[in-house]
Amino acid sequence: MVKSALLFAILAVSARGQQPSPAAIAGSGEDEAAVVRGGEAFAAQCASCHGSAARGLTPQTDLMRSALVRADTRGDRIGPFLRAGHPPTKPATLNETRAADVIAWLHAHLYGVAHAGASEFLNLLTGDPQKGREFFEGKGGCAACHSATGDLAGVGEKYDPPVLQSLWLNPRRRRAVRTVTVTPQSGPSRSGTLERIDEYNLVLRDGDGAYRSIALEDDEPRVEIHDPLQPHFDLYRRLTDAQIHDMTAYLATLK
Amino acid sequence: MNRLLIAALLFSCHAAAQPADSWPTYNGDYSGRRYSPLTLLNATNVRHLSPAWATRFVGGAPAGGVRISGTPLMVDGVLYFTSLDNVWAVDARSGREIWHFYRESKGDMPRTGNRGVGMYRNWLYFVTLDNCLISLDAATGKQRWIVPFADPKQLYFSTVAPVVIRNHVLIATGGDSFDIPGYVESHDPETGALQWKWRTTPASDEPGIETWPGEYAANAGGGNPWISGTYDPDLNLYFVGTGNPDPVGAGQSRQGANLWTCSIVALNPDTGKLVWHFQASPHDTHDWDAVETPVLIDGQGRKLLAQASRNGYYFLLDRTNGKSVVSVPYLSTLNWSLGTDGKGQPIPNPAKEPAPDGTLVSPPTSGATNWPPPAFSPRTGLFYVATNEAWSLFYRTDPDPHPQGFAIREAALGGARAALLALDYRTGKPAWRHEWRTPAGVAGILATAGNLVFTGKGSYFVALDAATGRTLWHTGLTNPLTNGPVSYLLDGKQYVVAGAGDTLFTFALN
Repeated sequence: MVKSALLFAILAVSARGQQPSPAAIAGSGEDEAAVVRGGEAFAAQCASCHGSAARGLTPQTDLMRSALVRADTRGDRIGPFLRAGHPPTKPATLNETRAADVIAWLHAHLYGVAHAGASEFLNLLTGDPQKGREFFEGKGGCAACHSATGDLAGVGEKYDPPVLQSLWLNPRRRRAVRTVTVTPQSGPSRSGTLERIDEYNLVLRDGDGAYRSIALEDDEPRVEIHDPLQPHFDLYRRLTDAQIHDMTAYLATLK
Repeated sequence: MNRLLIAALLFSCHAAAQPADSWPTYNGDYSGRRYSPLTLLNATNVRHLSPAWATRFVGGAPAGGVRISGTPLMVDGVLYFTSLDNVWAVDARSGREIWHFYRESKGDMPRTGNRGVGMYRNWLYFVTLDNCLISLDAATGKQRWIVPFADPKQLYFSTVAPVVIRNHVLIATGGDSFDIPGYVESHDPETGALQWKWRTTPASDEPGIETWPGEYAANAGGGNPWISGTYDPDLNLYFVGTGNPDPVGAGQSRQGANLWTCSIVALNPDTGKLVWHFQASPHDTHDWDAVETPVLIDGQGRKLLAQASRNGYYFLLDRTNGKSVVSVPYLSTLNWSLGTDGKGQPIPNPAKEPAPDGTLVSPPTSGATNWPPPAFSPRTGLFYVATNEAWSLFYRTDPDPHPQGFAIREAALGGARAALLALDYRTGKPAWRHEWRTPAGVAGILATAGNLVFTGKGSYFVALDAATGRTLWHTGLTNPLTNGPVSYLLDGKQYVVAGAGDTLFTFALN
């Protein structure tokens, strides 16, 4: 019973064919419906030799690394190849439309192989939420600025795990305004919000909102910047990957 | 210096023979030091440096516009430089165009850059993004011949500045999206005919295959060596760095060290035979190409080679045999290594490989440094390199036992810090560090005998004191520096030239 259920599950997956990610389909410019149909046709007629993602069961049947597939532009190479009958012993039965669908599916997969941004994240929630909570309230020092029932309430609902994990390590600047105090050797210091800084120039807005542009040399004037996000950046040198995963798992529970 | 003398120089040049009145190769000479022997401009008078001319170039630019990321050559009062698919000859006295050559590359490759031309007698050589080697007549810009050398449909794309050694024009492939092996090739300067081809991964019957699961993995193994190498005429060895192994970031189908990817290799330029190798990142899973310039240094009575590698390590090798002299991190945040093995090669920590739930790693894929060229001054004994201390989360996204192509994703984190480091070449320890106030972006470097180091930060072009790192001069450009600056003597004046986006800026004591 268990065995046959498992077999059925595998068959169900292969019948659908392994679809490229939505980003790969979009990036390839192929029609999504055609790609889906192509995946089904590929699963039914091609996958037994070429694998569910066209990566082959042997090096010889790997279509993603096939020179003919890579050389193809809108079916100009694969189309004639299929029309000639492949495999020769028992050719696949693909009419022109279905062959075009399979070609679209192949191109979407090729795009996914070649583009880092076209792949999808796997499971990020591997950590222990309880340990994450302990870190949040203890060694992480997070509770000094944040509250699970205050500013972070609902973050587990609002963000997908990859975004959530990036955001708590590297929050968006938005409301986190940097302040600065500039002190020349001769003369009074000036403080305000830091509007911009580069190597040799700094702009601050002082208490009355006035624009103040200040020339900088290597050590003059003295520049002290307070960045409310700095505690996040300072974590990197001491965080373990397990602590990161625990924290993300904990924040994901804040729904 | 006339062209015959340039040719003579290139035929017999010793590592210490950078000419003063020209800049005839990608790195100025064969050594990769990017060190000008000129002292007219120096730490005392550099504050008077002012613009000579600035010219913006439009050309037949593809989408994205002109970006001068190549190093100009200057020979006989003419500057020769490139951006992607474009070559210009410009009067070095005025900035006026003499001729312009444009050929549009076809294909789906990323629109990256081009590092410049190589020169042999009166002929120029450059590569197109779609992998053609083209020779031009330097006097007219007319095409002499064009030779395709790699298939754009396999997503090879080429950016390297050709290096001319005697009658060999050395080029190499780029690209790592499609699980393709890289090549260094030598072509005949007269006809463009292929002389030899060295592949960055071994064939089934070659040494090194034992560092791959088999031929299938090695054939798809990457390692494209996309930056110009350096040359020692005494040893007759060409030194070049190779890129990351494929699939990018996912090592499950390529267990082993994956030679000769992420390595510094020494090739015989007459035969293309591998003489020695040193692997900067065995079994790389973070896209840390080891293509950064292998700089040739003669010191301590030895023939040495130094590289500040993208993975955050400084390597000093004996360039006669590739044996390690020093291997030491120059990046304080580096966290992926368990130390070095008996050969001085880093041992990657398997726990820091990309994982489905993310691993926190420094440096990011962009590296502790990258292709913008470093410099070395024999006067100070310091190796100058632009660095970024930054972190990323590395995610493995392809769970297949046979992943393909780009099999990872990266989430860049904040709080990065950038610095120009001056490393004691003997130890790799910083003699000084110039901390920048803003993160991100590494820029090319030029060192001069006038005790100066030129580089860029943000949109500034900057001169630092080569011995202390203090700012001596800076000026604002219209874009960040996009190439390695050069310097030469012309009409008794010392010029410094910087490429920033679509504009070439020249400076002199006027």
